[in-house]
Amino acid sequence: MQTKKIINDGGRAVDEMLEGVLAAHPRHLRAVAGSPRSIVAVAGPRVGKVGLVIGGGSGHEPTFLGFVGKGLADAAAIGNVFASPPPDPILECAKAVSGGAGVLFMYGNYAGDVMNFDMAAEMAAMDDIEVRTVLTTDDIASAPRDQIEKRRGVAGNFFIFKAAGAACDLLYPLEECERIARKANSRTYTMGVALSPCSLPQTRKPNFEIGADEMEIGMGIHGEPGISRGELKTADQITDEMLDRILAEMAPARGDRVAVLVNSLGSTPLMELYIMNRRVSQRLSEIGVEVHATWVGNYCTSLEMAGASVTLMHLDDEMTTMLDHPCDCAMFRAG
Amino acid sequence: MIDSARLKTVFRTIASAMDTHRDRLCALDGVIGDADHGIAMTLGYSAARDAVDALDDTCDPTALLNTAAKSFLNAVGASSGPLYATAFMRAAACVKGKPVVEDADFVAMLQAMAQGMVDRGKAAVGEKTMIDAWLPASNAARTSWDETANLCESLSAAVRAANAGMEATASMVATKGRSARLGERSLGHVDPGAASAVVAIEAMREALCC
Repeated sequence: MQTKKIINDGGRAVDEMLEGVLAAHPRHLRAVAGSPRSIVAVAGPRVGKVGLVIGGGSGHEPTFLGFVGKGLADAAAIGNVFASPPPDPILECAKAVSGGAGVLFMYGNYAGDVMNFDMAAEMAAMDDIEVRTVLTTDDIASAPRDQIEKRRGVAGNFFIFKAAGAACDLLYPLEECERIARKANSRTYTMGVALSPCSLPQTRKPNFEIGADEMEIGMGIHGEPGISRGELKTADQITDEMLDRILAEMAPARGDRVAVLVNSLGSTPLMELYIMNRRVSQRLSEIGVEVHATWVGNYCTSLEMAGASVTLMHLDDEMTTMLDHPCDCAMFRAG
Repeated sequence: MIDSARLKTVFRTIASAMDTHRDRLCALDGVIGDADHGIAMTLGYSAARDAVDALDDTCDPTALLNTAAKSFLNAVGASSGPLYATAFMRAAACVKGKPVVEDADFVAMLQAMAQGMVDRGKAAVGEKTMIDAWLPASNAARTSWDETANLCESLSAAVRAANAGMEATASMVATKGRSARLGERSLGHVDPGAASAVVAIEAMREALCC
């Protein structure tokens, strides 16, 4: 049986979504002429500024295109559903946002994305655009700590892109933008939990099987299996299990500050996210960790998957400045 | 001898075979990936077929294969885009300056394609990827060619080796690509990239030998 979706044609879903996005956000977003999968900020890119290009597969909205705007990313290259964009739209993004100070590529650490962005970086170099790349690896469930280079990027992208985007907007040089991006990545920790699968518009079949009363802790944003599968627990128990792992790695001291993101994987409602955030807030308060800012909602989704993720960013003065820096994007504003 | 008109037939045959196997490849991918491999391969080979079909039959094989590479890549992205595009570009480089592909060249092209995938994907045999079908297939074609100097014999040997390589992936634990995250849970399942490699290599034989 096929899943129910409000679509016209599964093969055209990404392009029709982009047409709708551009119609909704003409003040913020435009497509590069002749390259409809290259979405650029109307304001933002300018001479002397490092251009920030993000991107990846579709199906995670508002990641990636929702974070394109002044103060955050300058452009997003859009792939098919759950598939990296090819090099051409990435290259077109780089050209569109290059202001002579270099371009930073940032995206989640997935094999396909790495190959396509690397090919685009080689092509950009031939056009005399210097490109640096920072991969996001915030999903602590995706590999053990001693294999951080194998970890994937998930909802924590939001914090990491935000910090890098602020550095670029402050006209920091390329080396400095890269340093801040790497630092942001190294201080961001995410754990997810999935309750039910999603389905691609082209297949409309559930992308994994899970029992009606089961959950899977640590599942990835494309349905990659996680750490443990078991009976669905209460919000407090689930949140505790996720926080225990995050806090064990982050090891915050009493008095440290964090930023919190409680993110829906698609169909889990705000009510449940806020119930989780209640527990996050309690736990952090118990150990004397101060919450500098909290975001709750759909930030990095997996189509209609049910489930959520919790991300903590371990702040210092520099990271706090970067997170507080104003930005104005189609689907996110700060400051 | 394989001129550009016959190379076009090869792409048409592969595209048609991918379309036939689309749902089966998606189902294999659904077990250990995100269920879209059949879509990506159909998309890529259809784009390559359409792009090379639009070329004049007098174009040289290098131009044709480079066109196939670019169109496949831009239709797909993902992992299979760069891997197959690199394979076609290596095949193109293999016959640079030649007006047609001789039978011996085709065998060399298969080896160049497999090596291109190894280089781009940084994968080795045994990691549960398309390499597990492509590398033994291209080596088997080479061995057979050295013994028989017969392209159809060589392609049959390639098909047999590709099938054996694909079946071997069922007993491998994935360490590369998205299914790597499954670890032990990937055991017992054939790799979809290896399965689509078999489809492609079988279609090459069908186009050139049937």
